[in-house]
Amino acid sequence: MPDFEPVLLRRIEKKASPWLDAYRADGGYRALEKVLSSMTPAQVVDEVKNSGLRGRGGAGFPTGVKWTFLPKDHPGPIYLCVNADESEPCTFNNRILMEEDPHQVLEGILLASYATKASTAYIYLRYEYGKSFRHLQKAIDELYSANLLGQNILGKGFNLDVYLHRGAGAYICGEETGLIESLEGKRGWPRIKPPFPAVEGAFRKPTVVNNIETLACVTHVIDRGADWLKSIGIAPDAKNPRDAGSYGPKLYCISGHVNKPCCVELPLGISVRELVDKHGGGVWKGHKAKGCIPGGISMGIMTEKEFDTPLDFNGPGKVGCLGLGTAAVTIFDDQTSIVDVLYNICRFFAHESCGQCTPCREGTGWMYKMMDRMRRGQGRLEDLQILDEVAKSIGIMPGTTICGLADGAGWPVKNAITKFRGELEDWIRKGKKSEHRSRVARMT
Amino acid sequence: MSALSDELRKKIESYLSRYPSKQAVTLPALHLVHDEQRCVSREAIKEIADLLDLAPAEVYDSMSFYEFFREEDAPLGKVRLWVCRSLACSLRGGEELLRHLCQKLAVKPGGTTADGKISVEFAECLGACEGAPAVMVDDEHKHNMNTEKLDELVNELKK
Repeated sequence: MPDFEPVLLRRIEKKASPWLDAYRADGGYRALEKVLSSMTPAQVVDEVKNSGLRGRGGAGFPTGVKWTFLPKDHPGPIYLCVNADESEPCTFNNRILMEEDPHQVLEGILLASYATKASTAYIYLRYEYGKSFRHLQKAIDELYSANLLGQNILGKGFNLDVYLHRGAGAYICGEETGLIESLEGKRGWPRIKPPFPAVEGAFRKPTVVNNIETLACVTHVIDRGADWLKSIGIAPDAKNPRDAGSYGPKLYCISGHVNKPCCVELPLGISVRELVDKHGGGVWKGHKAKGCIPGGISMGIMTEKEFDTPLDFNGPGKVGCLGLGTAAVTIFDDQTSIVDVLYNICRFFAHESCGQCTPCREGTGWMYKMMDRMRRGQGRLEDLQILDEVAKSIGIMPGTTICGLADGAGWPVKNAITKFRGELEDWIRKGKKSEHRSRVARMT
Repeated sequence: MSALSDELRKKIESYLSRYPSKQAVTLPALHLVHDEQRCVSREAIKEIADLLDLAPAEVYDSMSFYEFFREEDAPLGKVRLWVCRSLACSLRGGEELLRHLCQKLAVKPGGTTADGKISVEFAECLGACEGAPAVMVDDEHKHNMNTEKLDELVNELKK
């Protein structure tokens, strides 16, 4: 089978110039010209809806359907918030798009704004992406100079302003309502839903929040048509009437213990094994893999035996993971202690819990303290039971928190206790005499 | 004497037209002040609040939520050097890099060298995992680090 011809990374792999002239010479803003001269906003929404495109940020909600939740005939303003917070650990695909091909993203923003009748788009960009900030700003400036942003774009009566808004290093601002609160100048505390942002979002106006990769896909859905996206990926499961399918290309990130960490574009549904062996250059140092996190750390943990699982919207769930997430796969080898992996993950969530909901604030802190104790060789067997209980009782699913951060904090803990119980018990019983010796150096 | 120069005020005010509320300029204003003054002092908070028609407590509330911003008792050094400690970097030596750096500079994470040149921080994922372990100088990523490269970088930054 021939390798997949990249679309989102097409220009990036050719090392094409990120700037406007080169982008236009490669067919850029053709989709925008098409919609401005021959499509109504409703037709653009339908095209995206019919393509089956699902959000790439983590939740996988159908993009076109999300747009239809905006109130009809609203007097405006309507806002587009572009989620460029990319704060899920081990995820960097949005960064590559923004740094290397910012106009592809901006064209998607223009198309989505036209479809949703948004007059202002805010790109909420995580602070850590300085190069993305500078490249996007330069690209935005180019667009204003070329009458592709501002008033009466290309003489077609469409108006749009795009502003970059830099975050300040908070994971929770990737949650869409945390992002909106932060944009408004407040602490990034997620809101209780409903109302959903489509009804009452930024500045209490109807708002669409879309991810960077999703918007890059929109560019190609409009340029190539809905059928193009549907020709790639996995069709809906016939036995599951609620499955919307996993259509289109996806940017997979591969990191951790592989020879060639990278970002690669492939049809949705590739397996972890193929990603590692074919695209990541295999597990490093000739080692074997012990497991991976399949889509950012909040999606849980897969064992090596589960590596044939397809990474589509349904696959990871079949082996007990939370979902596809950001499709960022981080491999850890058989020399790695699961205690260290879990400690690292729990430390992250304890640090990044926003503190609004008590079960998450306290629960992530408890899990971190227990993992710290276990790591120092002072764990007790009953800690596994307590960890499991805490992990199961924090989050939206048990109904104890406002947002899903705590579900993501608990998932890797639950997975590890189910899938690596033997190793955890061995470590607790034997400590440094355990064959699963702690490898990662401890910070003091 | 006011904490914010006229130039800084003008820069902050230039953001007002971007948003339908003045409060939304809080983060941009904090960034502008923080970049220039390496901290946001109590006086600067008051003046930002005045510019944005907010209570100082509202500005402080937002500011303190983001551990990013330094208060006047712990201003940043000339450059801020972040070492990533997330899973992808830790698996490839990120923790060892952070420890090495802290020992070399005789500071703890969050601290600044005695000469005021470098503030050391840990980062919760820089999003540079294909180049793990990664560090960041202010907001610029440096990929595939090791102790030798980090030593070289520190020597550059100390100049």
